[in-house]
Order: sequence, then structure tokens, then C-alpha cells
Amino acid sequence: MKRSVILSFIFLIFALLLSLAIGSVFLTPAELWDVLLGRGTSTATQIVWAIRLPRTVLIVLTGMALAGSGTAYQGLFRNSLADPFLIGVASGAGLGAVIAMSVKWPYSFWGLMAVPMASFAGALLTVFAVYLVARVGNTVPTTSLILAGVAISSFATSLTSFLMLRSTGEVRRALGWLLGGASQAGWTAILALLPYLVVGLGILLLSGHILNLLQFGDDQAQQLGLNVGRARTVVLAAASLSAAAAVAFSGIIGFIGLIVPHIIRLWVGGDYRRVMPLSILGGATALLLSDVLARVLLAPQELPVGIVTSLAGAPFFLWVLRRARNQGYW
Amino acid sequence: MLRIENLSAAYHGHPVLHGVSLEVKNGEVVALIGPNGAGKSTLIRAVSGVIPYTGQVRTNGDDFAALTPMQRARYIAVVPQAISLPPAFTVWETVLMGRTPYLGFLGHASEQDEELARRSLERVHALGLIDRRVGELSGGESQRVLLARALTQSTPILLLDEPTAHLDLQYQVSLLELVRDLARKDNLAVLVALHDLNLAARYADRIALLVGGVEKAVGTPNQVLRPELIEAAYCLPVHVVPHPFHEGPLVLPAERG
Repeated sequence: MKRSVILSFIFLIFALLLSLAIGSVFLTPAELWDVLLGRGTSTATQIVWAIRLPRTVLIVLTGMALAGSGTAYQGLFRNSLADPFLIGVASGAGLGAVIAMSVKWPYSFWGLMAVPMASFAGALLTVFAVYLVARVGNTVPTTSLILAGVAISSFATSLTSFLMLRSTGEVRRALGWLLGGASQAGWTAILALLPYLVVGLGILLLSGHILNLLQFGDDQAQQLGLNVGRARTVVLAAASLSAAAAVAFSGIIGFIGLIVPHIIRLWVGGDYRRVMPLSILGGATALLLSDVLARVLLAPQELPVGIVTSLAGAPFFLWVLRRARNQGYW
Repeated sequence: MLRIENLSAAYHGHPVLHGVSLEVKNGEVVALIGPNGAGKSTLIRAVSGVIPYTGQVRTNGDDFAALTPMQRARYIAVVPQAISLPPAFTVWETVLMGRTPYLGFLGHASEQDEELARRSLERVHALGLIDRRVGELSGGESQRVLLARALTQSTPILLLDEPTAHLDLQYQVSLLELVRDLARKDNLAVLVALHDLNLAARYADRIALLVGGVEKAVGTPNQVLRPELIEAAYCLPVHVVPHPFHEGPLVLPAERG
């Protein structure tokens, strides 16, 4: 465990440095080092501290939230294909956020705080709807999970598009946001995001043992002493809160919540007490690297990071789907 | 001691158990028999608190209805049918989860917890499996691991739901010998749902016959495994003869006709 945590931190630091160094202006390692020590040129210092650092921090937090919630959904549904994007939670959260914005685009700090609340409500409604539709007895089979996710996600996306078409001016900015660009990031957004993430990710980090027990099914988990109903509700709320916070500030970014826990499980096995913290770290690293790619692929133009994660994630998803089928999961 | 009084339970609105009463003393193995759909598994789920019931389940006067799942799990351990274990966990992780009722919600196990888990594995002769993943185990091995997990729970009451289903003959016998041995040595009250009437006759001190959720008979194997009771329960003519090598009866299906 220790070794894997240290390795994860090394990857994360490497990705952080890349994210600070790479962009329309490329900083050499020496220049970046100078900036970090406070000896850099004023332009470089300005670029790193005022532009790249807030964006990097937002990407880190978003990646953590997406991977953490993906891990939790996979554990709760006992289905390795659950991901906030695939099961429609992200679209539901996006709809919630757009409704909040179409009422009044939030300029103030408190206005910003309201967007994640609306996202959270949208995310929770979606996850309950998907669960109710897809559930067969106590399990959620892959086929019905994905189908319910697609259906409810399409519904939420249509409503979101409708609201955006009807709106004028500021809400149009939401379009770029929904495609997963974090370029409007500022420290205010990060401060507004933080309380939700601290609560959501804090609970998720403590939920490893609960998720382990739930893997044996509700009956066995309860016979081993878990209050299944309460545990499920708490973890589900924390996962949805994290996903909603990520969507509220970074838009809909797919597949991070699917890919990262998968890779971590292949690496360290199935114990959620290891998978959860490592996925949260790995989510930050993976999204940072995707964001760096988004900045360099068509430089000087920037791609929304959601496009990069989907380009990498969709083939991965298909591979997992095939693997899951070959192992007789559905 | 486990005392079930007038227990009724429903499943999706359909009544499945009707006023079952049964007592299992410490050190005693009671087998629960009956045709498919008789309510054997439902009784085990109700007693372990997984589904709601009316009536009472108690031990030495304590009513389980008043307990939280965690408190109940310190009295009752369940060996489920070995279907669909999450394949990624190791045997060690699985058995250690038996300590859940005594752990904080982080599930951090102390050295004593680990010692208890190791001893349980030893007692079911599964210490050699400790690093294997449960997805790789055979049916017999999975059942022993689940039994070890239940023992790690350190409860006075042990429930087993068809533990011999899908097992080869030699594993059926060795598992039930093990269970009877544990009941005697640890003074456990053991209630085991069984399909095979002759295994029940051989390893249980007493037998309870359930048919359609109603308790038709409780008593020693000789009292319950009587042709008229078995024929009525299973709709099949049977011969019941004294077992040639053991004490107790032997049930043989007869030709229909």
C-alpha cells in the first residue's frame, strides 16, 4: 500500500509540473524551477501563478472528484462499468447547473455556491431514477444500468440543450463549460468548489470498508453487521456530491471515473480501502495529463478536456465491456 | 441458544413462513429440511435480520428485533450458499471481514482480530488458501472459507444455508463433520438448511421439517424421517429403513405406483 501511494504521488507531481510548464507558452524545467522558487521572469511568474496554477488546481480537484465518485458508484452498484458520465449522473448534474444558471448566471461567490447545490440535486435525482429503473432484485445488471443511464442522460441533455437555446447572453457561456473546458477557472470557483469536495471526498475516503462489505451483496453485508440501507445512502450521497461539484465547475467530463478505478484495481486488487484513495490520486493525474494533451494537440487552439477524455475513454470502455462479457458478468 | 417463536415472514407480499417455532440449544445441530420453496432460506434470512418478520427471535431472553445489525452480528453468523463471491478479494481479506461487528467503520483489524481469523482458517483446514483469490476457489474451498469467516465472527449461533449444495460427496461429508465438531467443541447453536435427508439424519441431533412455510414436525431423525411425513412433504413414496452402518434412519425413494 505504502509503495503504491508513494508511486501515485510521484505520478501526480510529474503531471502537476507538466501542467504548469506546458501551454501556449512553453516553460523549460529551469524556467519553471525559477518561478517556483520566486526567481522567474515576471511574464513566466504571471503565467504560472495567475493562469496555469488555478486551472491546474481545478483540474486536480475535478479529477479527484470524478474518479472518487466513479469508484463509489462501481462499488455501490457492484458493477465495474458504473461511471458518473455513463450512468447519466453527470448529465443530471449538468441540467441542475444549467437550470440554476438560466435563473441567473452567478457572478458572486454565493451565486457560485448555488450552482453545485442545483447540480447535486440533479445528480441525486438522476442516480435514484437510474437505480430504480435498472435494478433487478438487489443487483443492477450491466445492460439495464447502461440502458437506463443512456435514456435518462439523453433526457437530461435534451432539456439542457433546450434551456440553452432558449436563453441568451451569459448562459451561452454554459455551452463551452458543458463540453468540459476549465478555462474560465479562477480562485473564486475553486473556493466555491472546495467545501463540497471536502465533504464528498472525505466521506468517500472513509468508505472503503463499507464498499468492501457491499461487494458480498446486501444480505451478507447485513449479516456481517453493516446497516446496509444507511451505508448505501451515505456513500451514494457522497459520490453524487463529488460528481455534482465536479460537473458544476468543470462541466461534463466522461470516462475518468471509469478508467481510473479500473487501472487501479488491475494494479492493487479489489480492496476498496486501497482502491478508493489510489483512484482519487490517479483521477487527478489522469485528468491533468488529459488537460495537457488538450492544450497541445491543436496548439495554439485549446480543446475542451472532455473531448480528450472521451477520445481515450470510449475505446477503453468498449474494451472493458468486452472483457466483462467474456468473464460472464452479463 | 436460539429460540424462534411463532415466526411469520412474507416475500414480496406473499406469505412464506407461517408461525414457525424452533429452539436450538448450545452444542446442538438442528437440520432444516423440506422441499424446494418450503421456506428454509427465508427462515435463515429472517432469523439473521435480513428480511422483516413477525414473531420473535431471541437468545437467553434477549430479543434480536431490538438490536442493530452490528449487535445482531455478534450473536448470529451466517454461512450463505457459495454463489457469486466477489472474485477480486483474497481469502484472507474475506475471512477478516468476519470481524466487522467488532471493528470501527474503517474496518481496521487489530492483531487479535488477525489471530482469530488465522485460527478460524486453521480450524476449517484452509490456512493454505490464505493468499488465493476467492474467484479461483472450488465450491468446497469457498464453503470452507465462508465457514471460517462465520467462525471469525465469534458468535454463539451459526446458521448455514444449504452449505452442501453443489459440493461433491466427500466435501459434503467433511463439511458437515466439521460443523458438528464445531458445535460440540465451541458449544455453538447450529441451524443448517439441508437438501439431503440422509445427511440430515446422520449429522443433525434434531430435524425440523418445513412444508409450504409450515412446520410439520420437529424431533430426532427417527421421529421426523417417518415415511408418512416424508411422503406427504415430497409427494413421493419412500422406504425408511434403519441405517446399516450408523444409528438412525435411511430414506430411500420408492417406485411411484
